[in-house]
Amino acid sequence: MIKAKINNVDVEVPEGTSILWAARKANFTIPTLCSHPDLVPGGQCGICVVEIEGIPGLKRACMTPLGEGWKVHTHTARLMEIRRQLVELILSYHDTDCLTCIKNNNCELQALAATLGINTVEWHSLEERLPIDRSSAAIVRDPNKCILCGRCTQVCSNMQTVNALAVNHRGYSTVITAAFDMGLGNSVCINCGQCVVHCPVGALYENSHIEKVWDAIHDPDKFVVVQEAPAVRVMLGEEFGMEPGTLVTGKMYAALRRIGFDAVLDTNFSADLTIIEEGTELVSRLKTGKNLPLITSCSPGWIKFMETFFHDMIPHMSTAKSPQQMFGALAKTYFAEQRGIAPEKIVSVSIMPCTAKKFECQRPEMRASGFQDVDFVLTTREIGRMLREAGIDLNEMPDEKADSLLGEYTGAATIFGTTGGVMEAALRSAYFLVAGRELESIDIAPVRGLKGIKEAEIDIDGLKVKVAVAHSGGQARRLMEKVQDQLRNEGKSEYHFIEVMACPGGCVGGGGQSWGSNMAKRARRGESLYAEDRSLQHRRSHENPSIKVLYEKFLGKPNSEKSHTLLHTHYYKRSTVDGDIIAEQ
Amino acid sequence: MYREQTLKKFNPALDNILYILHDLQDNNPEHYLAKEDIRACADYLEVPYSYVHSVASFYTMFSLKPRGRYIIRLCDSPPCHLMGSQSLLDYLKKSLDVKVGETTKDKMFTLELTSCLGACGVAPAMMINEEMFGNLTPAAVDAILEKRRKEL
Amino acid sequence: MNLVRNHVLISIDAGTIMAGARAVEKALIDEIAAQGLTAEISVLETGSIGATGQGVILVVYPEGVYYGNVTPQDIPELVEEHLLKGRPLKRLILSEIPVQHVIKKEKTGLLKEQPRIVLKNSGIINPENIDEYIAENGYEAIAKAITSMTPDEVIEETKKSGLVGRGGAAFTTGMKWDFARKAAGDIKYIVCNADEGEPGTFKDRLILEGDPHKLIEGMLIAGYAVGASKGFVYIRGEYALSIERLEKAIAQARQYGLLGDNILESTFSFDITVMKGAGAYVCGEETALIESLEGKRGHPRNKPPYPVTEGLWAKPTVVNNVETLANVPEIILHGASWFRGYGTEKCPGTKVFTIIGNVSTPGLIEVEMGTTLRDIIYEYAGGIKNGKKFKGALVGGAAGAFLGPDMLDVKMDFVNLKEYSAVLGSGAILVMDEDVDMLDMLKSVLHFFRHESCGHCVPCRLGTAQLVKIIDRISASKGKKDDIDKLLKIAQVMQATSFCPLGQSLYLPISSSLKYFGGEIHSRVR
Repeated sequence: MIKAKINNVDVEVPEGTSILWAARKANFTIPTLCSHPDLVPGGQCGICVVEIEGIPGLKRACMTPLGEGWKVHTHTARLMEIRRQLVELILSYHDTDCLTCIKNNNCELQALAATLGINTVEWHSLEERLPIDRSSAAIVRDPNKCILCGRCTQVCSNMQTVNALAVNHRGYSTVITAAFDMGLGNSVCINCGQCVVHCPVGALYENSHIEKVWDAIHDPDKFVVVQEAPAVRVMLGEEFGMEPGTLVTGKMYAALRRIGFDAVLDTNFSADLTIIEEGTELVSRLKTGKNLPLITSCSPGWIKFMETFFHDMIPHMSTAKSPQQMFGALAKTYFAEQRGIAPEKIVSVSIMPCTAKKFECQRPEMRASGFQDVDFVLTTREIGRMLREAGIDLNEMPDEKADSLLGEYTGAATIFGTTGGVMEAALRSAYFLVAGRELESIDIAPVRGLKGIKEAEIDIDGLKVKVAVAHSGGQARRLMEKVQDQLRNEGKSEYHFIEVMACPGGCVGGGGQSWGSNMAKRARRGESLYAEDRSLQHRRSHENPSIKVLYEKFLGKPNSEKSHTLLHTHYYKRSTVDGDIIAEQ
Repeated sequence: MYREQTLKKFNPALDNILYILHDLQDNNPEHYLAKEDIRACADYLEVPYSYVHSVASFYTMFSLKPRGRYIIRLCDSPPCHLMGSQSLLDYLKKSLDVKVGETTKDKMFTLELTSCLGACGVAPAMMINEEMFGNLTPAAVDAILEKRRKEL
Repeated sequence: MNLVRNHVLISIDAGTIMAGARAVEKALIDEIAAQGLTAEISVLETGSIGATGQGVILVVYPEGVYYGNVTPQDIPELVEEHLLKGRPLKRLILSEIPVQHVIKKEKTGLLKEQPRIVLKNSGIINPENIDEYIAENGYEAIAKAITSMTPDEVIEETKKSGLVGRGGAAFTTGMKWDFARKAAGDIKYIVCNADEGEPGTFKDRLILEGDPHKLIEGMLIAGYAVGASKGFVYIRGEYALSIERLEKAIAQARQYGLLGDNILESTFSFDITVMKGAGAYVCGEETALIESLEGKRGHPRNKPPYPVTEGLWAKPTVVNNVETLANVPEIILHGASWFRGYGTEKCPGTKVFTIIGNVSTPGLIEVEMGTTLRDIIYEYAGGIKNGKKFKGALVGGAAGAFLGPDMLDVKMDFVNLKEYSAVLGSGAILVMDEDVDMLDMLKSVLHFFRHESCGHCVPCRLGTAQLVKIIDRISASKGKKDDIDKLLKIAQVMQATSFCPLGQSLYLPISSSLKYFGGEIHSRVR
């Protein structure tokens, strides 16, 4: 332990703790723009400089470990003056049209400028407008807002190992772009949006569908249905000032109804359906021993990652569509039929913790209903904005229920929203499908939590099923390389079933979550989903009564021909140069 | 193709990246790093394309757009500035009818600025491809350019 | 061995090649053959003799006559007059070339003496022939170290000599080696910083071109002292001839068993790889250089950890400048107290200066530490060109300080200049005469920094951009009074918060230009 004084306050921290975090322990917040609790500091902004008695010069608090016996000062007159000048320098280059910026009121730079009381910028404006990159279906990049803090490139290369974004050129001309100075839409970007949620300013944000959704809601000829991803119910509260992880399922339904959606349904329903289809697939592969391990396909970021970097794993992928797309295919077929609505009048909207879902809904193969199955995707942030615009405060909403047909769900579906959840839900049903009886302990602890790669072995009637769970591109890459090696060298992998989510923490850590997120918040959201699971009457997907009705009335049986047409998909091999489709597989 | 031959000369180790990029650029008929050059380098070193692009765009000796047969790199650091590089730059721009960074229409010359070449004893100085020239005057520049035009 | 009557040395360096040295060399050899003198006259290539701007330079030994601005057309007359008839050709003789050999004490008949430690062999031996280096006691120092000194003794001797880094930071070389020697780890590296980019500096290039074996020997000794078996020389990509000469020298040293395994039949093994830069001034900063060596963008690293504990590929690494390493063999050979016989008490040894700008004979000189600026300009560089008055000098490169006329008698060494808030830096002296517009010079310096900022940190990336914006306004007569205050203010922020020395050092040229030429600069704003 290191003992030192920060602004004359005694502090004791483990060796290696940076001055920045040590100061937090002593209840001092040293301002910073580039460091982030989950990332390695790069020292770009220089705002966190501090003075240390006896050590010449200023030191960056973010990358200086506190030393024994040091006397650190964090807000001397000199430091305060320097910080103001640095922020003014940043503002001299920054597009300061804050009122029309997506991050207005959520911007770390804006907050810092306010905190430091900056009311004029002494320096000349250096601003040179560069074109905004709107090439991607999911993510917009505005270089005029970028402060080159390096968070996005760090998550893209280190955490996700996608390497779509990189720092290019030099000095004053430095700019963050994809390879060959192309837009994100012409790159290997998997649309995960981790860059978006780590960006301190308004340089990265989702490609908004808000206007189109308003148009649909306001169009009397349209019947607008809405689905909400499992993770959204533990995230949306944050948009309205609630504690991270607050469960708001009933309030969410009420709010969506009040904003004008014609049918409020739930992605959790199709999550249960996914388990039935995918679980059936697993059982059949376990029986034949072919194409094992089976790998989950719910995460559209992961799908593009796999198609780009690991397309030799395509035969191992579950052909089951993601819950969003299963829902979409059913909304304009089964739901339309049952409710007697012409499918061309249905506008299908989904609310997702995710930016990659915007890309997924536009994939050309996602038109099983004869129409684009899901028309628009709103992130949690976007629906938050829409509700606020409509004057609806989630805090004031009553608890309501979802509409029938595609609204009912089990605890297995709700844990889809966190890493390990799909695996646990699938095992609960697969056990039943193979053994003909229920798992003794419904909670499968080894696949829970935020550890990088989680493993477990489940005995299903004498068949030892080895499973693994990876979340984040980086962990997925590690796991896939291991599986590739095993398949190459031993002809088979030790794993039977693998769950991969592109985002750290799973969907609760998705690119569509509220601004200002970190791993601690992701963990609390995950815990909340497990709590909802425990509270529900049905906790296994195969127990969902509406699913039973769906098969009876419409699909026949799991993995039937109709299921395959509507609920299953195929994958492509993609180029590592620009992410374009090279070949259909 | 030159790319294969270039790559064969070096071990596929990341610390060879600058050598590989130099060699690829030298052998590219348009004296720059084309997308294909960057791809070849990245594939050989097994690193992302964005990485190689990021590195290549950092160093001023690498160009990411096609250049002429002769690359004129006029020094504009303080010593050459003192000895009149600015008027020489104006002269070069006028006589070649290009801006800095541009290539003449006949694809003969590309005009670039460079930081100190270490030829300060004979400032103002410039390089044309690998060759250094010092004590430059407009007349000397004319002669140097004319000689290259005639060589064709 | 043939006895030859005369040796004709022709200086082949980047500067003389520019002036047509190859054509002169060919004409000379042809003419000697035509006159039937091939057996009597030997033509040898050598590196730079230190003068620049004198065209093609020949030296005829044993007379020690220096010829400058020689063209192929002059050769028939020169061969006939001097080599055939023995009458030096007066019209081409250079009288302003100052060279003196410190160790051989051989008078070469030149006007001004220079104690040459680093440049001992430059312009005298053929740099492409290892035998000539060996004939000048080359590789004796490493032999002495390996056979009669422990690594600790080598470090001790280097410490005692008081040698400090010649790249600009002036850190004690022996201490740096000691840190690296004591750092944990089996694999250690010696990196030679030959990314000479400080504007006005070309000393390292001339050492590399004129005496590459000296550098190799210096690195060998450093490797032996530190316990490293691998060295890298990072040379800027623009220095084509330096790279070529050094690679040749390394190949020869390998042939002679002076590089490779079990050097001189000892247990010490060492080899050197040449790495070529690609145009980035910031790579002269040691951690940026290491990043670049590893195949990355040349962004500086945070310090600590310092390279001596965690450098190249996270191994303990010594980064030394070319000139620093070139001092080492002579120190080991002749001892620390011999070395301390040169220079000042606090700053022993010599310094290689490049003296350029508005002087009569720009070039490269090696003088004792503590020589005055006046002596360097007026005694060595022939004074101000065209009889004009001295106005100021930019000392230490773009990251250096402007000095005014009242600083002419300042003693030029690392310690003394610090007392005047100036730096010796790389040893570049850019002299400006009375006609020079100092605002324009400062503008050039600021533009240089904006171009070379790596862009990693806010203060440097945006600070340099603001500085350029402001000085361009002043230069275009649109400046306001407070613009000058802003220049200083930004420079102060950059000095305090820039990530690496590049951004930190910009305060010096700005503050010093205002200190000595403030009146002139202030007169340009309203």
